[in-house]
Amino acid sequence: MTNFFQNQKIIFQTILVMLLFGLVFALILGVFYEKTNPVILKSEADAKKRMLSSLIENVKHDNNVEKDFFEIEPSSLLGNKKTSKAYRVKYGDKLNAVILETRAPDGYSGDIFLLVAINKQSEIITTRVIKHQETPGLGDYIDIEKNPWIDAFKEKSLENPSEKLWAVKKDNGDFDYISGATITPRAVIKALKKTLLFFESNKHKLGFNDV
Amino acid sequence: MFKKAVIDGLWKQNPGVIQLLGLCPTLAVTTTVVNGLSLGLATVIVMIVANASISPIRRFIPDEIRVPIFILVIAASVTVIDLAIHAYAEPLYKALGIFIPLIVTNCIVLARVESFASKNPILPSFYDGLFMGIGLCFVLVLLGGMREFLGRGTLFSGLDLIFGQSYKDLSLEFFSNYEGFLLAVLPPGAFLGLALLIALTNWIDQKK
Repeated sequence: MTNFFQNQKIIFQTILVMLLFGLVFALILGVFYEKTNPVILKSEADAKKRMLSSLIENVKHDNNVEKDFFEIEPSSLLGNKKTSKAYRVKYGDKLNAVILETRAPDGYSGDIFLLVAINKQSEIITTRVIKHQETPGLGDYIDIEKNPWIDAFKEKSLENPSEKLWAVKKDNGDFDYISGATITPRAVIKALKKTLLFFESNKHKLGFNDV
Repeated sequence: MFKKAVIDGLWKQNPGVIQLLGLCPTLAVTTTVVNGLSLGLATVIVMIVANASISPIRRFIPDEIRVPIFILVIAASVTVIDLAIHAYAEPLYKALGIFIPLIVTNCIVLARVESFASKNPILPSFYDGLFMGIGLCFVLVLLGGMREFLGRGTLFSGLDLIFGQSYKDLSLEFFSNYEGFLLAVLPPGAFLGLALLIALTNWIDQKK
């Protein structure tokens, strides 16, 4: 009987110690999180702001683009699973461009996420890959930090080049690629083409009323 | 005591090439010198903090639940460091990405806590964490250098992402129009490179 009570005492002591450690470290983490969270949120917002404004460097605008957005329901053309954001680029009351979030689901390893700025003539102003897991040193040339390849899409639309030529040169298209990595640019080109198709069929909804 | 920690950490018990603990980040991150160095430094900090915080409380930790408590302390210190880097060194955070939280799973941290800090006073534990960390960091940098040089023909690329724009000129490019040697960059290159380093260590040890 004494053995039973002794065991029980040890069990309770152990639980108590574990609980105490858990509480102390939860407290430390909580305090630290509260201290760093505002800084982190601010630097993330800054990064987003920098990214958005780098997309529309040459577009006249005076609105706060990262705050001026609306939500788009999931669409097969944009590949978004949840609602995605569309940012308005306005000068005064005039809508000069929109920035769409899009997803290429068929990259070499997983999804490729892009931001695409499109003007009211339905041309791509600039596009950037914001998240991808393509092979380092091979498929990652879609990232502007690694290679200027993605700038080939500047001023391109579904008429320039024609819809059929929205492919890599290997597939008789108009766009360069790096040999050994064609799946990645194919995915990006397809996603951009579909984004332009989405733009075309939703121009009114996006707010381009005068065209 | 200080000297023993130095020799053990850097050579005799080197985590990377002798103990072979903590291989997950060693293999995954070391595609460039800068990646290796930054994860190495983060690991050094985690090991110091973990060792130095376990050692003074080692008498209050019941033997039966020591491992969960070690993990708790390690996970907490990694989270604190992760938050700190995210908040105050954003470019570094972008470069290291998911690898900082992964330090929790790096068994070298738990191994040093279990085999050293839980049995020794605070100062030797501090040294042990410091030099074991530096030993691992050293291997990460070396392996990163080998893979970067072979795979991309550069060294120290991306140094500016961590230390600021003024360090951009320090990155070296050895060949213009280098095609790249993909094997060195991909995971198999990490295994081959580490194998070469281990072979080299054994060779030097045997010659002595």
